[in-house]
Amino acid sequence: MSTTPTGASKITVRDLNFYYGKFHALKGINLDIPEKKVTAFIGPSGCGKSTLLRTFNRMYELYPEQRAEGQIMLDGENLLTSKQDVALIRAKVGMVFQKPTPFPMSIYDNIAFGVKLFESLNATDMDDRVEWALRKAALWNEVKDKLHQSGSGLSGGQQQRLCIARGIAIKPEVLLLDEPCSALDPISTAKVEELIAELKNDYTVVIVTHNMQQAARCSDYTAYMYLGDLMEFGETEQMFFKPQRKETEDYITGRFG
Amino acid sequence: MSTSQQLISAARTASERQARYASRKRLNNIALGLSLAAMAFGVFWLVWILWETIRLGIGGLSVALFTQMTPPPNEAGGISNAIFGSFVMVMLATFVGTPIGIMAGVYLAEYDKSSWLASATRFVNDILLSAPSIVIGLFVYAVVVARFKSFSAYAGILALALIVIPVVIRTTENMLVLVPASLREAAYALGTPKWKVITLVTLRAARAGVITGVLLAVARIAGETAPLLFTSLNNQFWNADLSKPTASLPVTIFKFAMSPYENWQQLAWAGVFLITVAVLGLNILARVLTRQKS
Repeated sequence: MSTTPTGASKITVRDLNFYYGKFHALKGINLDIPEKKVTAFIGPSGCGKSTLLRTFNRMYELYPEQRAEGQIMLDGENLLTSKQDVALIRAKVGMVFQKPTPFPMSIYDNIAFGVKLFESLNATDMDDRVEWALRKAALWNEVKDKLHQSGSGLSGGQQQRLCIARGIAIKPEVLLLDEPCSALDPISTAKVEELIAELKNDYTVVIVTHNMQQAARCSDYTAYMYLGDLMEFGETEQMFFKPQRKETEDYITGRFG
Repeated sequence: MSTSQQLISAARTASERQARYASRKRLNNIALGLSLAAMAFGVFWLVWILWETIRLGIGGLSVALFTQMTPPPNEAGGISNAIFGSFVMVMLATFVGTPIGIMAGVYLAEYDKSSWLASATRFVNDILLSAPSIVIGLFVYAVVVARFKSFSAYAGILALALIVIPVVIRTTENMLVLVPASLREAAYALGTPKWKVITLVTLRAARAGVITGVLLAVARIAGETAPLLFTSLNNQFWNADLSKPTASLPVTIFKFAMSPYENWQQLAWAGVFLITVAVLGLNILARVLTRQKS
C-alpha cells in the first residue's frame, strides 16, 4: 500500500512493532522517511503516530514498560539495537514537543545548554551559535535584547520557537515535531509553519499533527495511521486529492475521526 | 393542553424552583456560618498566643539580652549564649540534613519510584516525619550521649538533623514529582545525561519548593525542645566547643519559665518572642519564594 518516495530516504522503518506493556501499539510498520523533506503523520487520537515518532529517538526508553522490536535504520545503522550511546542518537535526532518546554534558565542558556553537552565552544563561538539558532527559528529579532531573561517569560509561540531553536542549535540531522502547534494561537502557528518550510532545506523533518490543513500545507509526504497500522503513505498532494484507500479519504474529508 | 393549564403548570414549576432555591440558600448560609465560626475559633487562639508573646516578651527586649549571658537567679543578664547555641546547632543541623534529604528525595522521585526499597524508604520516612521529637532525643541520648558520657552540641546537632532529613526528603520528592514529565523528556531529547537532567533542569525547576521545604524544616527545629533536653542539655556560659553541653533558646526558655525567679521568667518570655519572630520570618520568606514560582 505504501508508495516508496523517490529520492534518498533518511530513516527506514522495517517491521516495527511497539508495545506498551501488553498493548500492541504499532503493528508491523514499514516506512521510508525521505531526506530533507517534511513528512507528516496524521490519524485519529491513539492511532500510534506519536508513538512511532518517539521510537526515532528512543524516547520510549524512559519508561521501562515500553518496548520496540524491528528495525529503524538511520544512516545504515539500526537505532533500536545500536550500541551507540543514546545521547549521540538524540544529538542526531532532535525533538520538539506538544507543549513548549523552556528550561528554567535564561533564553541564552536554554540554547547553550544542549550545545555544551556535545561541544566545547569559546564565548564568541557560543554567542554566534545562539544567534544562529535563534535566527533560524525566526526568534532572534524578538529576543535579542533580552537574551539573559528567563525563557518562561516569553509567549507560548515564542517559547515553542525557542524550543525549536534549542533543538537545531546542536545541529541534528532529523527534527521530530510532536504536534508542535496544538498549544499555539493561529499567528504563532503560521510562524512555526513558515519555519518548518524553511527547515527542510537543511533537515529531515517529521511532524505529527491533528490538523489536516497543517499536514496539507507544510508537508511533502503524509502517512495516515489508524489503530497502530500504517494505512497509507505517499506524497501529500496525492494523499489529499486522490487517496488510494476509502478509510484515508473518510478521515481526510472529516467523515470519520 | 390548554393555555390556562400550561400557565398553571409553569407557575407551579416556578414556585417549586423558588422553594428549592430558598432552601439551598439557607443551607449555604448555615455552612458558611459554621465555617466562619470554626475559622474565628482557630484564629482567636493564634492571635491570643501572638499577643501574649508580644506583650510579655517585648518588656524583656534590651541590648543586654543579646550581649550578656544567662544570669544566676535575681541578677541582670541576657540570653546571648542560648541565642548563639541555638543558631550554631540549627545551622549545622540544616547543613548536615539538607544535602542528605535532597539526595534521598531525588532518589525517590527520579531514580526509583516503585521498587520495594523505595516503598520501604517512603514508609520509614513517613514514620520519622511524624515521630515525636522526644523519641529522637532519647535515641540520640542512648547512642551518643550515653556512649561518650557527655552531653554535647554534636549530639544536639544530630538530633535536629534527624528531624530535618524526613521533612526535606518529603518536600523534595513532592516538588520533583510536580515537575512536568514534558520538561524532563525535553531535556532527555537533547541527549542530556540523567544526572545533568536532574541537577540542571528538574531540581532547578523545583528549586523554590525545595528551598521552602528546607526553610520550614529550619523553622521547625528552631523551636524544638525535647530533642535538645537529652542531647545538648544546657550551659550557663558562652560555649563554642561543640563537644561540650551547649545552651539553646528552647531549653533555656523551658528552664527559666519553670523557675520561680522573676528575672528568669522575663528572659524566658523574651526568648519566646525571639523564636516566634524568627519562625514567622522564615514562614513569610518561604511563602514569598513559593509565590514567585507560580
